[in-house]
Amino acid sequence: MAILRPAGEFDTGYARDMATIRRPWQWWLLLAFILALYTLPFYAGQSLVSLVNRIGITIIAVQGLNLLTGYTGQISLGQAAFMTTGGYISALLVNNLGWSFFAALPVAAMGAGIVGLLFGLPSLRVKGFYLVMATLAAQFIIPWFTRNAFPDVLNGAQGLNVQVPILLGLEFNRPQRYIYITLTVLILTTIVAHNVSRSRLGRAFVAIRDNDLAAEVLGVNLFKHKLQAFFLAAVYAGVAGALAAHNIRHLNSETFNLTDSVFYLGMLVVGGLGSSLGPIFGAIIVELLIEGATLFGPFFIRTFPSTAAGAVQALRPLFFGTALMLFLIFEPRGLAHRWYLLKAAWRLRPFSH
Amino acid sequence: MNWQLVPQFAITGLLAGGPIALTALGLVLIFKSSYIFNFAQGQLLLMGALLTWWFAVEHGLPLWMAILLALFLSALLGLAIERLALRPMTGQPLLSIILMTLALSQVLQGLALLLFGATQRNFPQMFSAANPYRITTPFVYNDRPIVVILKQNLTWSFVVAVLGVLVIGAFFRFTKTGLAMRGTSEDHELAQSIGLSIHRIFGLSWALAGVVATVGGILLATSSGLDLSLSVVVLAAFPAVLLGGLESIPGTIVGGLLIGLSQGLVSASKVSIVRNAAEIMPYIVLLIVLVFRPEGLFGQKRIERI
Repeated sequence: MAILRPAGEFDTGYARDMATIRRPWQWWLLLAFILALYTLPFYAGQSLVSLVNRIGITIIAVQGLNLLTGYTGQISLGQAAFMTTGGYISALLVNNLGWSFFAALPVAAMGAGIVGLLFGLPSLRVKGFYLVMATLAAQFIIPWFTRNAFPDVLNGAQGLNVQVPILLGLEFNRPQRYIYITLTVLILTTIVAHNVSRSRLGRAFVAIRDNDLAAEVLGVNLFKHKLQAFFLAAVYAGVAGALAAHNIRHLNSETFNLTDSVFYLGMLVVGGLGSSLGPIFGAIIVELLIEGATLFGPFFIRTFPSTAAGAVQALRPLFFGTALMLFLIFEPRGLAHRWYLLKAAWRLRPFSH
Repeated sequence: MNWQLVPQFAITGLLAGGPIALTALGLVLIFKSSYIFNFAQGQLLLMGALLTWWFAVEHGLPLWMAILLALFLSALLGLAIERLALRPMTGQPLLSIILMTLALSQVLQGLALLLFGATQRNFPQMFSAANPYRITTPFVYNDRPIVVILKQNLTWSFVVAVLGVLVIGAFFRFTKTGLAMRGTSEDHELAQSIGLSIHRIFGLSWALAGVVATVGGILLATSSGLDLSLSVVVLAAFPAVLLGGLESIPGTIVGGLLIGLSQGLVSASKVSIVRNAAEIMPYIVLLIVLVFRPEGLFGQKRIERI
């Protein structure tokens, strides 16, 4: 698909051959889009800005999961646990040691990455749902640790109140300001994720996913690359967790839970596994779906008053589960695949192929 | 360790392992025939218990009739799930199948919340809460024999769970259908080529899993009350399945009991952090199993061929 190009467009050098953004108008479009996002607080309401902010953080978490599950094929139900790790590390550094959030963020990412490595170790011996179980163990053990270990520092099940990031006297205390941090980090993580996917590392990941035995025979070091994938995924989760913790300003063991991990996997499938666009599409669609469920809830209760008061909470898993099932049956390659088909059709018009 | 508490906690843990084993049995039933690891088993269990409650309490049917109706409906639910959700996934990669059962668990959890609400329900008591059984153990502490108290509902749910595992085990071992199901688990194409209808077998195993889940749900609901959190028992059943071995029916009972026992023993500790570790004990056991014996105690070791 990728080789389909408009007539008359040729590559004149290797750099151009490898470029992600090929035409000047694509640059302009991208810049306009980024500018529109950065100026969002000036023309959009608070609820929209905070929704975009939340979606941005979710995209970062799903991008990490995409590197691990989408490219390397190692299924993980532990992404939310690594977010908890990153969130706690950042919150403790800022609250107790007085670090700046912007210094704590990379440290939190690394800390989460190291914890991710630890829980990635079983991947060397087991795969498939045995590995799912090992990551599920992370999803129980890490929150349990925050609830029970060092109660004077971690404050048990109550959790922590997290401080607002401050840069040069500017407090990022509202979504209208926080969105600048989120967007900047998101752009960086997107660039890194996309470039990992098309580098030597990314190709090794894909080789492991497609056939790990064949990859090993070809000289791909399984041990090293699986751990690298786990590390990267957990680093992304750590970044997302730290961003979310300072955004919500409160953190406990249930802030990121098993349901979130399931949702991230679902977003990945809805968006498209193993594609840079997948996490972006998936996170946007599923978050909008959840938002839709929240808006639709009161209407639903008025129409069917017999349902219990928890209808709003019921609609979220219901909408998400149904959408995920439909995608799995009818479009298992996700929206990203549909997008590529659309692009190809556009380039080939008026011919069908 | 509080030594005088150890026998009591060990026995209580073992008894609590009964429903875990029954839930694990449902997982193994489906896995054995179709290689699907059903993450929605907990929600099936919840649905079964809610249906029983609905017939027995809301509609005032006698308990035995409510249970029979719930068993029937949950078998139908299992069949419907197999037909509508899992059959289109035949031949899809593992991730898609895992996600399909995860999606199912979300849908069922949402449906349960929507239809029945999040309130705690009074489930009909089948076994009296008073008059627990008392057993005097041969162990002596401070010159007094240690007496172990067995709650009736725990004891009977344990007995039913063990019976269930034995019945299903006998079904697999001695009946022709059971043999067909075991054959199907070996190789789907081979089974089809000798004239077994694998669709029928998948459907049957899902229906059976629905029935087993409902029995487990009823047992759990009588002993610990009924609300939406009932489905979390499955999170202790996953490690039990891996400990016993994914394809082994006797393994479910051993795995379930060992998980229950480990939780009970940890609860008897004097150190609070160790005591609190009871909730994650299944997963610590799980990690140990994965590192040292990934195929479980009674599972088959699969050798990968190129």
